[in-house]
Amino acid sequence: MNTEIDFCGIKMKNPVTVASGTFGYGRGHSEFIDLSKLGAIITKGTSLNPKTGNKPPRICETDSGMMNCIGLENPGVDYFINEDLPWLKQFNTPIIVNCFGGAEGTIDAYVEICRVLNTLPIDGVEINLSCPNVKAGCLAFGTTYEGVKEITTACRKVLTNKPLIVKLTPNVTDITLPAKGAEDAGADGISLINTLTAMKIDIEKRKPILSINTGGLSGPAIKPVAVRMVYQASHAVKIPVMGLGGIMNGDDVIEFMLAGAKCISMGSANLVDPESSIKAIAGVEDYLRKHNIDDINSIIGAVEMN
Amino acid sequence: MASKYKLDCEILNTTKIIDGIYKFKIKAPEIAKIAKAGQFLEIQVSSTGETFLRRPISIYNIDGEAVEFIFQVKGKGTEILSHKKVGDTINVLGPLGNGTFTVKEYKKVAIIGGGIGTYPLYELAKELKGKAETTMYMGFRNKGLVTLEKEFEEVTSRVAITTDDGSYKEKGFAINVLKEDCKTEKPDIIFACGPLPMLKAVQEFANSENIPCEMSLEERMGCGIGACVGCNVRIVTENSDEVKYNYVCKDGPVFNSKKVMI
Repeated sequence: MNTEIDFCGIKMKNPVTVASGTFGYGRGHSEFIDLSKLGAIITKGTSLNPKTGNKPPRICETDSGMMNCIGLENPGVDYFINEDLPWLKQFNTPIIVNCFGGAEGTIDAYVEICRVLNTLPIDGVEINLSCPNVKAGCLAFGTTYEGVKEITTACRKVLTNKPLIVKLTPNVTDITLPAKGAEDAGADGISLINTLTAMKIDIEKRKPILSINTGGLSGPAIKPVAVRMVYQASHAVKIPVMGLGGIMNGDDVIEFMLAGAKCISMGSANLVDPESSIKAIAGVEDYLRKHNIDDINSIIGAVEMN
Repeated sequence: MASKYKLDCEILNTTKIIDGIYKFKIKAPEIAKIAKAGQFLEIQVSSTGETFLRRPISIYNIDGEAVEFIFQVKGKGTEILSHKKVGDTINVLGPLGNGTFTVKEYKKVAIIGGGIGTYPLYELAKELKGKAETTMYMGFRNKGLVTLEKEFEEVTSRVAITTDDGSYKEKGFAINVLKEDCKTEKPDIIFACGPLPMLKAVQEFANSENIPCEMSLEERMGCGIGACVGCNVRIVTENSDEVKYNYVCKDGPVFNSKKVMI
């Protein structure tokens, strides 16, 4: 039985990766699971300079999910290079660094972080064009064909050594447009979906619960939206798709792959159960065994529409 | 040896302390063996999707191979938890938190708790027994909410109780009694846990009097293990314009009162 996946030239033992922002740089989870078993680790969104996130509260629960407005807090790329990267290299797992253009969020800032990442011993770069919780940049580029194409083109120029994955937002009318923008700019792959912009109100205080009023909705609540968008995007572009959005277990992984994802990322599930990624890998193997499937690659996009 | 565990724990005992407040004893030998005063658990209250995130709840008492925690029913999650029965199993992450209370020999110690914030202080008080002369200052809104007076009397040198409305013992806030006592003799350290206004008052007093103070904080949490960085608390920086955060789950929940801005 083969569970290996080649995603944008990144060789993964299995299709299960952990989504940016839900796994830090892996240290917390390493106390519960063997990181070498993962398909890949996608780091917390990292910028050139350290970035302070939003005030608390940054997290709240919703029906079948949660919201966050962390605000891309991170210690900056130098800290990552000196502290986290050497530590992560002990594991036999591809490292994909998620990045963004810092507090400025300009194209130049995206280019600068990509230029640094291009020189590091990492396996891929995921650029975040889809955070709903920071004022500058990100979403501004991520919602149109032109915007995604422009910033991806600029990053592609300096990212000569590494696979480039573009992380897309679901907060659009037609997901195929930004997906094509990434493809036309030379991205190696796309990942979707990031969180859906949402709001929760405390009816006693008559105020939103999160400090910046809105946040990104994640968890099982958004899974059907994500599956639909993964299906649409994977049929609109030829580059491979990493699917994410509410994946909790092996069955969910299979569902995303049938919809067209070549690999997947687990996000909020990592917060609920630090072992969820490892359990999902076992769940995928169970499914393959049960259905006598020799190669996991055969199920990618294998959904038959009514 | 691992420093954190994820365990399915059998509920050994449940006690309703007063309306809406429950004490659960769970079998968790691995956690009990290494847990320190001030640490907490992340408890999965539902495995069928009724709630999504775990609920962070402080450890009340470590008892052999068992751990006790006390919680107040505040929402859907704690409501579900309150209906669990002896023999049921709950999934628990723990012991969590790297910032814990400093247990060592002291001459004189003040422990101050407000409402349900008194519970995370019990294990500390117990571990300090024989190591220090401890006074437990406990504040409650009214007589009906006064809990665990006897338990704290057994492990501390003295218990001073206040109620906001004066319906039991002294009227007023616990910190007022602490302040009064400090006029005669200052404690070596103050340990505190409770509602934010109380903690702010304790922090201001301790810092102004230069009394070392350790406070247990709470914040809405995602993972409990430092991954999501959801539970931030602002820390004091040399340049007051600079905003820097620590995390309640990873760096706390116990913080030095001079290091955090609450």
